[in-house]
Amino acid sequence: MRCRRCKADAIIDLRRHNAAFCRDCFVHHCHEQVRRAIHDYEMIEPGARVLVAVSGGKDSLALWHILRELGYEADGLYLGLGIGTYSDESGDFARAFAQRFDLTLHEIDLPADLGFDIPEGARTVRRSPCGVCGLSKRHLFNQAASTHGYDIVATGHNLDDEAAVLFGNTLRWDDEYLARQFPVLPATDGFVRKVKPLVRVGEREMAAYCVVLGIDYILEECPMAVGNRHLAYKELLNSLEERSPGAKAAFLFNFLDRAHERFADAAVVDKDDLLRCTICGSPTPGEVCAFCRLQARACAAPDSVPVTLRGAAS
Amino acid sequence: MFVVLRNPKREIELSGPKNVEALLARLEIVPESVIVIRNDELVTRDARLVDSDRVEIRPVTSGGA
Repeated sequence: MRCRRCKADAIIDLRRHNAAFCRDCFVHHCHEQVRRAIHDYEMIEPGARVLVAVSGGKDSLALWHILRELGYEADGLYLGLGIGTYSDESGDFARAFAQRFDLTLHEIDLPADLGFDIPEGARTVRRSPCGVCGLSKRHLFNQAASTHGYDIVATGHNLDDEAAVLFGNTLRWDDEYLARQFPVLPATDGFVRKVKPLVRVGEREMAAYCVVLGIDYILEECPMAVGNRHLAYKELLNSLEERSPGAKAAFLFNFLDRAHERFADAAVVDKDDLLRCTICGSPTPGEVCAFCRLQARACAAPDSVPVTLRGAAS
Repeated sequence: MFVVLRNPKREIELSGPKNVEALLARLEIVPESVIVIRNDELVTRDARLVDSDRVEIRPVTSGGA
């Protein structure tokens, strides 16, 4: 195959775009897709301070790299989840990336700083590890960004992630979740803006981006995620994509463009009516926020939750 | 050719498939779920393969949401 832009030998084919690209044109393509997402959804203003949620995986490292290439001021935050050697190795990849590109990486370690890990938390509260992980990430990234003066939290959710989430939400017709599914969640009192700049690029593109730029990332799948519904949805959507290239993008972007607004009234909690958590001060509909309740149950002696950032790599 | 598969990591030896698409079909792997690296270079699904190649089939699907 030949590169669509320059006719050199291609290194990747993207059937969704009916195109193939050489190395340099592929990197350009990824940058342009992210630039377009940021522009179309008004994600990041010039001069804004961005905190990238860094996991050590391909998506978050590629996102961090692209944001810096596009000229944004972006630091990283790595959250140690306490999932055995998987977390140890993930942290190593995040630190190596930050060191190589001379970037600032903050760290929070759940077991050391907050007294519990994801497997323990999930067992204690009898929820799925992915549910406990998601709750912890949303809380801690928001709190760290608020506390330390970042305007925006950027996550590495890509087109495949968002299509799979949409698939699950649609299967259940979960109108509250459908109302919240958008590439930008605006800032409200106590919540910083959340953005997903990779919404226009797929998982293959981000893995390929890391390979062609020599960005090392953790290849192993999280052991807690094996067999989860999200992976099953992705398998289904990938099979569909093989038969009908562009199906995932059409599913997601037609929802965002034409259907999302119809669910606006389904958002249950009015963020203007939220209280403050009596333990950590975060916005919450009740007296104590969900994360502090989780921590209280998971820890023998729960303390308050002062999120301190440490271990900056530069 | 030597084929490296992951999750779990393992290596198998194969002969026959003439290109990446045929190799993935032989292994019943959906092309949309992987990238293919031949002798350290990323390749497209029509890339030709020979028995002396070392081919890594790297999954790209992650489970977090």
